[in-house]
Amino acid sequence: MIFQPTIIALLLASGLGLAMLLAAAPFAVAVIRHWDIRSGAERQLQLERRTYLFSTLLSFVLAVQVIALLLFVFNADRMAALFVGAMCAVGTLNVNAYGFPALILQMAIFFLATVWLVINHVDTRASDYPLVRIKYGLLLALVPVVAASFFVQLQYFLGLKANVITSCCGSLFSEGSQAVSGDLAALPAGPAMIGFYVVLGMAVAAAGYHALTRRGGYLVALASGSALVAALAGILSFLSLYIYEHPHHHCPFCILKPEYNYQGYWLYIPLFAATAAGLAVGALQFFRRVPSLAVVVPATTARLAALAAAGFLMFTAVATLMVLRSNLILFG
Amino acid sequence: MNIWIEQQRALIDFTLASLARRKARNLGLLAVYALLVFVLASVALFSHALRHEATRILADAPELILQRMVAGRHDLIPPGYLEKIGRIRGVQKMEGRLWGYYYDPVIKANYTFMVPTAGGVERGTIVIGTALERVRGLALETGISFRAYSGKLYSFVVADILPRDSELVSADLVLMHEDDFRAFFEFPAGHYTDIALSVANPQEVRNIAAKLAAALPDSRPILREEMLRTYASIFAWREGIILAILSGALLAFAILAWDKAAGLSAEEKREIGILKAIGWETGDVIRMKIWEGVLISLSAFLIGYVAAYLHVFRAGGVLFEPVLKGWAVLYPRFQLTPEIDGLAVATLFFFTVVPYTAAVLVPIWRAATTDPDAVMRS
Amino acid sequence: MIELIEVRKAFNQGKHNEFWALDGINLNIEAHRVTALCGPSGSGKTTLLTLIGCLARPTSGRARFKGEDISGLPERFLTQLRRRSFGFVFQQFNLIRGLSAEENVMLPAAPSGLPQREVRAKAAMLLDRLRLAHRRTARVEWLSGGEQQRVAIARALINDPEVLIADEPTANLDTTLAREFLAILESFASEGRTVILSSHDPLVIQSAAVHRVINMRDGRIVDNQ
Repeated sequence: MIFQPTIIALLLASGLGLAMLLAAAPFAVAVIRHWDIRSGAERQLQLERRTYLFSTLLSFVLAVQVIALLLFVFNADRMAALFVGAMCAVGTLNVNAYGFPALILQMAIFFLATVWLVINHVDTRASDYPLVRIKYGLLLALVPVVAASFFVQLQYFLGLKANVITSCCGSLFSEGSQAVSGDLAALPAGPAMIGFYVVLGMAVAAAGYHALTRRGGYLVALASGSALVAALAGILSFLSLYIYEHPHHHCPFCILKPEYNYQGYWLYIPLFAATAAGLAVGALQFFRRVPSLAVVVPATTARLAALAAAGFLMFTAVATLMVLRSNLILFG
Repeated sequence: MNIWIEQQRALIDFTLASLARRKARNLGLLAVYALLVFVLASVALFSHALRHEATRILADAPELILQRMVAGRHDLIPPGYLEKIGRIRGVQKMEGRLWGYYYDPVIKANYTFMVPTAGGVERGTIVIGTALERVRGLALETGISFRAYSGKLYSFVVADILPRDSELVSADLVLMHEDDFRAFFEFPAGHYTDIALSVANPQEVRNIAAKLAAALPDSRPILREEMLRTYASIFAWREGIILAILSGALLAFAILAWDKAAGLSAEEKREIGILKAIGWETGDVIRMKIWEGVLISLSAFLIGYVAAYLHVFRAGGVLFEPVLKGWAVLYPRFQLTPEIDGLAVATLFFFTVVPYTAAVLVPIWRAATTDPDAVMRS
Repeated sequence: MIELIEVRKAFNQGKHNEFWALDGINLNIEAHRVTALCGPSGSGKTTLLTLIGCLARPTSGRARFKGEDISGLPERFLTQLRRRSFGFVFQQFNLIRGLSAEENVMLPAAPSGLPQREVRAKAAMLLDRLRLAHRRTARVEWLSGGEQQRVAIARALINDPEVLIADEPTANLDTTLAREFLAILESFASEGRTVILSSHDPLVIQSAAVHRVINMRDGRIVDNQ
């Protein structure tokens, strides 16, 4: 393991999140077993009070997770200097088999925690708290994910040893590589670009349609998920080339660096916010038939869908602008 | 949205008023918090600046250095070695270097005597680093004598003083003419200390190193990239060790924060009870308390960080110098180039704000869930 | 307006010191009137007041406010209802020390998200009406007992509630101030507000300002005039 402040901080954050959720788990079980909204008994009042702690706790875990995600990527980039052959974050993440899974799990926690908080928000708007049991069931389901993330991250950092020869992003994302990320880059830029605009266009349309008519909620979630995949594939296969103005540099992380004017934030923030909102729209669809939520759910999903549409639209616009302003010509 | 903003404004107003009312208590917490940030930020800023300095200096170093090994120890390069290497594809320039250490009993420190490969130092003169200038009270055109290991005394005139901005490495440097160097150390003719190779294409360095190692089995190639990596990991490691030691302080701080948040005064408990009775919701109280934490955290972070910045870049990091620098007796007294690193700031934020928040969350919640009817019952 | 059916309230439920503060209350409180709960200390009148004022939930039984069942309402919604519809004047006034009279009056409006400027103007208007305009920026601990109570009344009115609840309002006042308070109460009833108070002060119970007196003992209503 490399003993470095940022690594300690990341492990600390991840461990803290896990510890908090583990400590909360018995109370979540108590809520599931004993919840009775009609009762005025003291146990019920106690349980209701606990729910405030959980939502505060989860907001905290989410906030920490968002910062940790950024820190994780930046640190990977910084540590590239320690590994022979690694030129940026991709190389560092490839030092052992746990690097990319750790990143993916961290992103998964971000989306799951956001969806939980949205469900929580909706639930607290109805005076009979109809989703309490489901909510705390989901909270328990979140525990293994957070535990897995902690474990994978620990394995990743423990397995880091300076001087291991790794492939840098140049070779990982080059066409010959067999890895998954290599496959994405191997998509020819032309079809990738068409797919990118079609899928994102569908996501904007689905979200916009739902925002106006409040119909097709599941479709919004499906389209948002696909849009995330298409957007990431697009960044790998052609957008990065335009940003770096280099026909073989496919790295999705370098665009976050100051050398490229932090352009990546303009892409990733709208993209992740929109995807989270879109997924939440789908998650809320399960509850639209609950009588006490009949008004709240459609109003909330419409707002979230509008947010998702705006986010995807902004992402697409920024991406298009980057392509147009680039000096690189892929198609002549 | 407007409603939300107005709500937060009202909550912040109240928070500010209540922080001001409990000045002594909050200032104490703020002081400890800021001190913690100060110490951690000093370590981070200092080691980052050192790393930066080392990288900057190594940028001019040759890509590859070849040393000869005898019985696992560094030995002189014998004559004819350069010719033996011959031409290797990709090597732009190859030259023997002359350098050595000299122990000065006057100030009980080691100097590095070196012959610049480009030449430029006249016979009988030396060019010195700033530390030497300072410690031995030298100036341009003044003379100085060194007693060689052979016992003979040699005198030199200071012809130039090296620029300040590279002091970390050049502080103890003495540059002289090749003939003077060989005479002073009685260095056998044709021998060199090591060989420096410049390589144009960074991707070729490893191949060349492999070729050299194969052609000259008694030699050891050292790569610049390896040195950079070593510096980077040594500094990161030292920083990590210091943080690990300071984690005790971090824990103590978290306990203090917990204690402060949990041990609400009777007065404060009564206030929360009143707020709840007159229509504040548990969530409102939690939000108010979180604003309080945010205000305290941000001020402590800002105060601590600015103080650390001044400490490291204005006062030269007096408190941590021995731990983080510590490789020579001649401490370079240099001004670090002010450098703020986003990753380091984010890491520091993680180290201070996250433990604080985690420590106060449960006490906050406990205080906020006071029964609204408690004020009527008492 | 407020209807209680077979309401009971327990404290320390399930523990050895379990105790039923209210034991089967049936009550209907009319709007626009001044109602007094009366009884010795420990009779449950304050607990009843907390249930009426949505400060607490009954352990069993039904409570209705304007026809809506509020007995199973979680604290979050109970609080919203309380903030909008009820104003409280406590026995100890319960003002927050160190804040000015005006800041104290504005407090209940903080979570409502109304623009600060509007709330400030309304607070000034209320303080003016209660003859406290000149004490607006004074810290509350510098005010006299009567002034403090009037600040508390202004605070109770800042969200324009339909119901005003006062717990032992005259306990800390001398006779003159108590009479003054009763006069203020009467003016509220006449402008259409409902006033509910608890008291064992004969001055209050016998006052013409009080329309109805409910006598309590041991958590039950003994005599309901």
